[in-house]
Amino acid sequence: MLSKRIIPCLDVRDGKLTKGIKFKGNVDIGDPVEAAREYYEQGADEIVFYDITASADGRDIMIDVVRRVAQTIFIPFSVGGGIRNLEDMRRVILAGAEKVSVNSTAVTDPKIITQGAQAFGSQCIVLGMDVKKVEMSGKIPSGYEIVINGGRKYMGIDALWWAKEAENLGAGEICLNSIDADGTQNGYELNLTALISENVNIPVIASGGAGKPEHLAEVLTEGKADAALIASMVHYRTYTIAGIKKYLNEHQIKTRLYW
Amino acid sequence: MIAIIDYKAGNLTSVARALQNIGETYMVTDDIKKLDNASHVIFPGVGAAGEAMAYLRRKKLDSWLTDWIKTGKPLMGICLGTQIIFDYSEENETKCIGLVRGLTKRFPDDLNIACRKLKIPHMGWNSVTLHRDHPVFSDISKDAEFYFVHSYYPAPADNSLVLGVTDYGITFCSVLATKNLVAMQFHPEKSGRPGLQILRNFCRWRGNA
Repeated sequence: MLSKRIIPCLDVRDGKLTKGIKFKGNVDIGDPVEAAREYYEQGADEIVFYDITASADGRDIMIDVVRRVAQTIFIPFSVGGGIRNLEDMRRVILAGAEKVSVNSTAVTDPKIITQGAQAFGSQCIVLGMDVKKVEMSGKIPSGYEIVINGGRKYMGIDALWWAKEAENLGAGEICLNSIDADGTQNGYELNLTALISENVNIPVIASGGAGKPEHLAEVLTEGKADAALIASMVHYRTYTIAGIKKYLNEHQIKTRLYW
Repeated sequence: MIAIIDYKAGNLTSVARALQNIGETYMVTDDIKKLDNASHVIFPGVGAAGEAMAYLRRKKLDSWLTDWIKTGKPLMGICLGTQIIFDYSEENETKCIGLVRGLTKRFPDDLNIACRKLKIPHMGWNSVTLHRDHPVFSDISKDAEFYFVHSYYPAPADNSLVLGVTDYGITFCSVLATKNLVAMQFHPEKSGRPGLQILRNFCRWRGNA
C-alpha cells in the first residue's frame, strides 16, 4: 500500500537557509545542501525548497544549490518560489529537481501550468496554493479565497474552483497552504484540506500549522491529505522525522519506515 | 561501461547522478555505435509512450534494443523504459518495442481502498513483494520501499516473468525479469539507499552472458 509522505520544507534566500536549523552535531546550519542531506538520512520522503531570493544573482546561486542537492540526495525534491516562466522551470529541472512548484504566476498566467506539463510531464508540475478563509459568497462559494504575492494580494478566486481548474490545466500535484494556520503550530486546516483533496484526483500535500505529530495524523486521515509538509517542528529539533513516522505508524497511518 | 539510452524522454541526469554516486563510469547516448560497446544498458524514461516510441524508431533504437537483448548482456528498464518494452501500451494506443509479450495498461479510474477513491497517478513510496530471488535484488530488505510515479502499469502475458508485485487498489507487476532483462516500474535512482543498491547490483550482474 502507498505510504503517506512526510516532506520537510526549507526556505532559502541567496543560497542560504533563512531559518536556523538546529541539528545535533556540527552541521552548518546555513547550508541548504547539508540540511537536505540530514533530512534524507533521517528518512524524509521528499524535500521542498522554497526560494525567497529577490535578486537575479541569488537565483543563479539557487541553481547551484539545486545541482549540489541533486548530487547528494536520492529522493525526489521540488523547488518553488520565483518560477515565472518555462525557462525558469527548465533551469531548475535540468539542475536536478524532480518537480517545480508554481504559485502566484500560475494564478496570473495559468497557461504556465499547461506549458510546463507539456514540456516536462504533469508529474513535474506542482501547484502551490495560498488560501485564506473568508465569508462564503457568490464569488467565493467555498469560503476559501486564493491569495498571492506571499499572502498580500486577494484575488477574488475561489480556492476549490482553482484547484479543479489547475488539475484540468495539467498540474500533477497540489501543495495546499492555509495562511490562517501557517506559523501557528496549532494544526493544519482540516476542513480546507479535506475539501480540496476530495474534489481533485491528484495528490494533495497539506501545508501550514504543523506543531506536533498528532497534527500530521489528523491531516492524513480526517484531512484526507496524501502528504504533509513540516518545517519548524523538525528544524528546531523538537521532533525528528523518524519519530514522527513511528508515531504515525503506531496510529495505523502507513509511512515509509525503512531507508 | 554502463550506457544510459538517451531518447529525450524526460530528465535522464538523475540516473546518471545515481551511477556517479555509486562510483560507476557511464555514458548517456543515443548513438548506436557507442551503445554497441557498452557492458550494461539502462533504458530509463519519463513521459508519454507515443512520443517516446516515435523518437526510438527515428533513431532505430527499437531494433537496436531487440538485437541487444539477444547478446545476453544486461538490460534494465525503468518506468517508461519498462512500459515500452511490451508489445503495446494503452497510453496514446502505442505499438511498442515488443521485447516482452504483454501490454501496459492504465489504472482503472474507480480504484478504491476502504471506500476511499485512489488518486492517479500512483505517486509516492510503496513496497514490492518479490516472488523469487534475483541478483539485482540481493541485499534488499523486504521492508524497503520505492518511489513510484505513473498512471500506467506493466502487464506481462507470461506470469512467470513477474519478479515483484505492488498493491495500489489492484496488485500489479512492479518488477519483471527474464534472462538478461530486469525491468521495474519504480525509480531506483529516486528510492534512496535501497534504490542505489539495486543499481549497484545491476552494474555487477552479468545477465546470462
